[in-house]
Amino acid sequence: MAAPALDALYFLDGRGNVIMSRTYREGMGRDMAEVFKKSILENPQTEGTAPVKNLGSCNFLYVKVTNVYVLAVTNKNAHAAMCLNFISDMIRLMRGYFGNFNEDAIRNNFVLVYELLDEIMDFGYPQILNEQVLKTYITQKGTKVDAGTAVPTSSSVNMMQVTGAVAHRREGIKYKRNEVYLDVIEDVNVLIGQQGSVLKADVQGAILVKSFLSGMPSLKIGLNEAAALQNDTNTSGQLGGRRKIDLDDIVFHQCVNLTKFNSERMVTFTPPDGEFQLMKYRASENLHIPFKVFPNIKDVGRSRIEVRVTIKSLYASKLMAMRCLVKIPVPKYTAKARFDMAGGKCKYDAASNMLIWKLKRFPGGQSSTLFADVELVSTLKERKAWVQPPIQLDFNIPMYTSSGMQVLYLKVWEKSGYETTKWVRKLTKAGDFSVRCT
Amino acid sequence: MSSKDAKRFFNSGAKKGEIHELKQELKTPDKSKKKDVVKKVIAAMTVGHDVAPLFPDVVNCMQTDDMELKKLVYLYLINYAKTQPDLTLMAVNTFVKDSLDPSPLIRALAVRTMGCIRVDKITEYLCDPLARCLKDSDPYVRKTSAVCVAKLYDISPELVEERGFLENLKDMISDANPMVVANSVAALSEIHSMSGKPVFDLNSQTIFKLLAALNECTEWGQVFILDSLVDYNPKDSKDAESVIERIIPRLQHANCAVVLSALKVILKFLRYVSDNDFKGPMMKKLAAPLITLLNTEPQVQYVALRNINIIIQRHKEVLSSNIKVFFCKYNDPIYVKMEKLEALIKLANEDNIDQLLLEFKEYSTEIDVDFVRKSVRAIGRCAVSIAESAQKCINVLLDLIETRVNYVVQEAVIVIKDIFRKYPNKYESIISTLCENLDTLDEPEAKASMVWIIGEYADRIDNADELLETFLETFPEETSPVQLQLLTATVKLFLKKPTEKPQQMIQLVLSNATQETDNPDLRDRAYIYWRLLSTDPEAAKDVILSEKPIIADDTSALEPEMLDELMNNIGTLASVYQKLPDTFVARVRPMVQSASSFNPEADVVENGAAGDVIAEQSAPVDVPDLLGGLDGLNVSAPAPAGDAPAPSGGAPDLMGDLLSLDVGGGAPAPAPAQAAPAQPAGGFDPFGLDSLSAPVSSMPVQQTELPVILAADKGKGLEIRGKLERSGGQIVYNLSFRNTTAGVLDGLMIQFNKNSFGLLPGGALQVPALQPGSSGAAKLPINVNVQGANPAPARSALQVAIKCSQLGVLYLSDTISLGAVLTEEGRLQYPNFQQMWQAAPPANSQTQVFQVAGASQDAVVAKLESGGLFCVGKQMNAAHFSGKLVLGALALVEVAMQPGSPAVQVTCKSQRVDLLPLLMEFVGKTML
Repeated sequence: MAAPALDALYFLDGRGNVIMSRTYREGMGRDMAEVFKKSILENPQTEGTAPVKNLGSCNFLYVKVTNVYVLAVTNKNAHAAMCLNFISDMIRLMRGYFGNFNEDAIRNNFVLVYELLDEIMDFGYPQILNEQVLKTYITQKGTKVDAGTAVPTSSSVNMMQVTGAVAHRREGIKYKRNEVYLDVIEDVNVLIGQQGSVLKADVQGAILVKSFLSGMPSLKIGLNEAAALQNDTNTSGQLGGRRKIDLDDIVFHQCVNLTKFNSERMVTFTPPDGEFQLMKYRASENLHIPFKVFPNIKDVGRSRIEVRVTIKSLYASKLMAMRCLVKIPVPKYTAKARFDMAGGKCKYDAASNMLIWKLKRFPGGQSSTLFADVELVSTLKERKAWVQPPIQLDFNIPMYTSSGMQVLYLKVWEKSGYETTKWVRKLTKAGDFSVRCT
Repeated sequence: MSSKDAKRFFNSGAKKGEIHELKQELKTPDKSKKKDVVKKVIAAMTVGHDVAPLFPDVVNCMQTDDMELKKLVYLYLINYAKTQPDLTLMAVNTFVKDSLDPSPLIRALAVRTMGCIRVDKITEYLCDPLARCLKDSDPYVRKTSAVCVAKLYDISPELVEERGFLENLKDMISDANPMVVANSVAALSEIHSMSGKPVFDLNSQTIFKLLAALNECTEWGQVFILDSLVDYNPKDSKDAESVIERIIPRLQHANCAVVLSALKVILKFLRYVSDNDFKGPMMKKLAAPLITLLNTEPQVQYVALRNINIIIQRHKEVLSSNIKVFFCKYNDPIYVKMEKLEALIKLANEDNIDQLLLEFKEYSTEIDVDFVRKSVRAIGRCAVSIAESAQKCINVLLDLIETRVNYVVQEAVIVIKDIFRKYPNKYESIISTLCENLDTLDEPEAKASMVWIIGEYADRIDNADELLETFLETFPEETSPVQLQLLTATVKLFLKKPTEKPQQMIQLVLSNATQETDNPDLRDRAYIYWRLLSTDPEAAKDVILSEKPIIADDTSALEPEMLDELMNNIGTLASVYQKLPDTFVARVRPMVQSASSFNPEADVVENGAAGDVIAEQSAPVDVPDLLGGLDGLNVSAPAPAGDAPAPSGGAPDLMGDLLSLDVGGGAPAPAPAQAAPAQPAGGFDPFGLDSLSAPVSSMPVQQTELPVILAADKGKGLEIRGKLERSGGQIVYNLSFRNTTAGVLDGLMIQFNKNSFGLLPGGALQVPALQPGSSGAAKLPINVNVQGANPAPARSALQVAIKCSQLGVLYLSDTISLGAVLTEEGRLQYPNFQQMWQAAPPANSQTQVFQVAGASQDAVVAKLESGGLFCVGKQMNAAHFSGKLVLGALALVEVAMQPGSPAVQVTCKSQRVDLLPLLMEFVGKTML
């Protein structure tokens, strides 16, 4: 049975006061926000608990973004996943309109927010949330920090197209230069145990597309994904010595023909105009883990800790990691720390209780070690045993994918047959890269 | 309004004069300025000021071709219509007009907004535009209308059924546009679940259409369709397989709501599949999408995890080789960590337990106390559910006890008790370690667990008596679970080691528990032990030291039926709470539902209520009362039930009224007669209902000179006649009312919609209460408010709303005759006339030829003069007239005729082009 997503939507400031609201169904007044404020926000027992709550016959689902709570209320057995997904899509949409999403942006654009809320949801059922399409018939313009893209102001919008199968792209788009950018961006999540064994490793990858293409182009991309390569005749012979990769799972943007992908493993799509996430994937087999870390942290007496951390880069030497940070948590009662290291800078950050070792550039195939002497505030009182939280790594490695993902080809067809300039970039970032020390 | 203005507005706060100021500003004719003012009104609404007093002024701005302004006014209406139901009527006309607009955006907007206004009167007017828009050529309008049917059903299910909108929705499932299909499915399944009636019939044809639309519609549409598919029961295994195959690609969608809904359908349909070669591989395909759900923002992840925890309870095999994905990240929010932990416990098996234990041990050193406790419990739960792992688990627990962290130790003791319970006499070697930590235990559950262990192993622990004695010292202060355990443990100790010391202890504890406590549980248990021990110590041994039933880890296990139900609710709140929907959802419309399934008579009442006059009148009466009324009817007279539902007072009144009508013979009372849906078989008609259907022509004669403006059948039994006339230098509305209903009508009030001539009622409507069958007349003076005139092109229509205490508000449309709005000071001097006549541009002139048989110039002049146009000059073949309208506009007319010819050529000129057609029509009518 299809269930609506929500009955009413509220935007609240950081203290829980209503900035604005929209009721989609009977029986939801402003007072619901008051209930939320009193029983959930101001209740210390609910701190850190799940963002889906039931009070009496009302259900509250909420998300906090910067200083704004977005709250959905319903008294039905609503589709919780759809509701939360709708909220994040809505926030993304509003970011697109306002530049960012915060209290001021909502207040400054309240008429636009009302108009959007009217269009993107009807009677609690989400409708069209595509920014490009909405811009063809939303009358208000957002006040943005930077100048927005030009909005077509033709009064005769083709509504057929708005609701059609290619609802994400309007017709009649024209560019002088036809360009398309493909960015393969991977977040590598690694958990390394104290003995240096990899406990868990996976890559969350995404392919972002920026398309500046005229007309109604049809795109096709080839990936070095093993399952796809068996079927793909385009790449026979092209692959050469390159490796094939196994992906655990792939999910696609609404524009990708899923049925076609399922039957032929081909990624074909007509892109929305501008920037969007074409696909996300996950890989956990045969990964290249870019770093090895050897921590050695010792308590020396009651008021000193000795830290020795070695980091080794495992990627090719011609590559370079940028803005490499090693964050080593230390006790709250740290007094000061002295450092000795071969490269980079290190400081003690009292706000986060961490030693932050920063290496601006770190080439492949090298290693570097940090020695730190941490002095603790000495007290006579017995302290709770200090348990060392994991060391965290942060980095960016351009032109490198941890999964080995490659874009083999990118084809663009359009009936006018124009030439397209294509760009493909790669980047690996640290997702949650932690090293346990205990 | 710029953002700066908005800010200033928000900060300024409401001042007393603000409403007045806005009211003045709203009168501005400048469109863009008007827009800014309406924006200010909405800003005030947003911060919670009451801007309801501005209602008429804002609604006046509604009739505009500016899309932006229109949306603003509609937004205002949605928020305030409820507070001003009567004034909302003023908007009806524009809504209806907008629903015919050439732009699909405006058509859709009108229908969407009307559906959001829950004012009965608006609802009635919604039906026609909705019926039209459901068949609109534009899909955007159709998809909006589909949702609007659900809205209407929420307000008035009867109207939806009566107008056949359900049929429309069913047809729309075959629509060519996928979004229309999706919204229709959403509306239908909502109505289906609201009504409890099988309105949405899922058969193989429908399924085929839905699956076809699935590929093309928006992500949300896919969710609606998938959710509706869950209610379909496949015919056979092949049928189920084919549906699953069509849905499988959805698992690759980026929207996790789509993925969860697809999973829900697939898991349900898999139960119908008999072919294991299909089932096995299909199950494997589900793992990857489930894991991908974890790669989302925390709150969505939480919903996904709650669902995963339901799914793996039934299909553990799907994810048991993927435990690593549930390992907690250091920065995960605590609510995500808790769910991941739960999943890990559920997925534990012999093969992965080593890995899991390392993980759990790691978690036990984290900061969040609740998470640490749950991690320690997880170790215990694994030990209980996987026998092979028990020793390993115990080793880890012992390591944790070494840490001496207070809450870790206590939690470890609690789970070790469970392990001892499950595997008796196996691991008692660790008891000594536990005993070292007795001092740390300060929580009741941990203390009780420790006491239980000591009692259970009293014969193996050398100093059990000493240990228990230390606990007994504080017996009166302990919480009741600890007291109960102490009591039992002491008895066990005594039974196992019946030496001197335990005997002393048991006397102490029994007297303590029977005399110095007011806890009945404790006292009763103590007495039972006491008697058992004193009568038959051997029997006491059998009872107290008997073998205990085996325990299993079912901390979070759900009942199979509950699990089935939750599997059908994947993705919804029910799955998140892991509770059945009925336990937290307020039932909608329970009254109607229970009544309709009550008895056949109730159905008669409902059917009758669907369309007839009396039932509408009795709408506020709730169904049980109506039933009561019917019961009374059955008792009081041998009349066939269901002839006509009671109006409001209940059955006896109705009988009385009907009888008195019967006595009156030909007295007109058509409404109740028509309303009677079921004539008794055999024509038995004790009240002469047939003869009551008197034709309208038998009306009393005194009002015939006034035209009927609202017929009795359209006015719920109130007939209204009326005409606008000019008398004594002002406009008067001559009205007459005739009551054809069975009750007294009173409290008549009148209101006009905004019209082209700024006409407003100049006073209250003075009509005495109307007895059934009687009439009343009124002369209503009319005022003219030039500013309040509708600036749109002039039309002669006058929309009138008449309110009556019994019938609610009635609407009618009258025409404004120019004769009523032409003033007495319209006579121009001829030279002036000539000057103006010649100066008028051709655009402001209109000419038409009428056929007036036997017309003479003198007759025409006389007729037009009596109509309010003044003859300013006569020539051989032409006469000139001037007139002045209440608005101040002048009307110039030339009537040219040839003697002997019936053709009369009329030329009209005016500053206001829009008046010309009205003027021409008036001249033509008046001459005839």
